[in-house]
Amino acid sequence: MTDRVPVLKIGDILLVSIQVDLEDQMVMDLQDDLSNRIVDTNAKGVIIDISALEIVDSFVGRMLATNASISRVLGAETIVVGMRPAVAMTLVELGLSLQGVRTALNLERGLKLLRRLSAGRA
Amino acid sequence: MKDYGAALASADTVSVANSSDVVSARQMVRTLAQRSGMSLVHQTKLVTAASELGRNMLVYGGGGVVRAATITDAGRSGIYVAFEDQGPGIGDLDLALTDGWTSGSGMGLGLSGAKRLVDDFDIDTGPGGTTVRIVKWGR
Ligand SMILES: Nc1ncnc2c1ncn2[C@@H]1O[C@H](COP(=O)(O)OP(=O)(O)OP(=O)(O)O)[C@@H](O)[C@H]1O
Ligand SMILES: [Mg+2]
Repeated sequence: MTDRVPVLKIGDILLVSIQVDLEDQMVMDLQDDLSNRIVDTNAKGVIIDISALEIVDSFVGRMLATNASISRVLGAETIVVGMRPAVAMTLVELGLSLQGVRTALNLERGLKLLRRLSAGRA
Repeated sequence: MKDYGAALASADTVSVANSSDVVSARQMVRTLAQRSGMSLVHQTKLVTAASELGRNMLVYGGGGVVRAATITDAGRSGIYVAFEDQGPGIGDLDLALTDGWTSGSGMGLGLSGAKRLVDDFDIDTGPGGTTVRIVKWGR
């Protein structure tokens, strides 16, 4: 069995901090876990911290995009934070647009953005 | 693409039979790239390309072998990586290299994107299998 990426609940936010080089199975499990946890916890926001990720390929990119859409349908905004500059440059050249994925420079800004978004919705 | 086959005599090798082997293969490529002093952006592009090609090899080629070596040419050094599988081959290579075309449920970006991310890119494919060779020059 492969490891799972932990999903932490902090108030009405779910925080995922990816700390290991992801196997495809872990990526798929994370997508399932996140959807389930959003529903179970009634979370209003999800933050995915990818600052430790050395690469984001099409598989991880697709998970980030899919998760953004799913969470929106479930009433939560997802913010991807901490993308390394080299990763961002590579994603563009790979051809991944990450449409619909909100990003922020770091965790602090991501939290601010979430607060602003939920204030706008209330 | 030039023939770098001789470099593979001293290559590092990872056999890919499952998705954790794809992780090992890209770690092997990253380690070589780091040791060669390649810039972080170039390393990231190379390792991302290796991840795409390693996954394709597993998903469509039924697994295979990844070999990587440091090469030098005209005073510059680079990393050469070969992905070899004994799968069914790619039926229509032009189509497969088109952005967005997938025979499965992917995004159809792996092959075309990997090609953009490296300096040299070469595919041999047929009913006996597929070999993709890439080179990323250092800087
Ligand atoms: N090693 C291989 N053996 C056989 N067919 C392959 C191989 N690699 C790629 N292909 C074929 O080429 C197509 C395009 O590959 P590509 O990596 O661009 O897209 P994908 O794997 O379908 O999606 P993505 O990589 O974006 O998740 C694949 O759908 C598959 O049909
Ligand atoms: Mg692919």
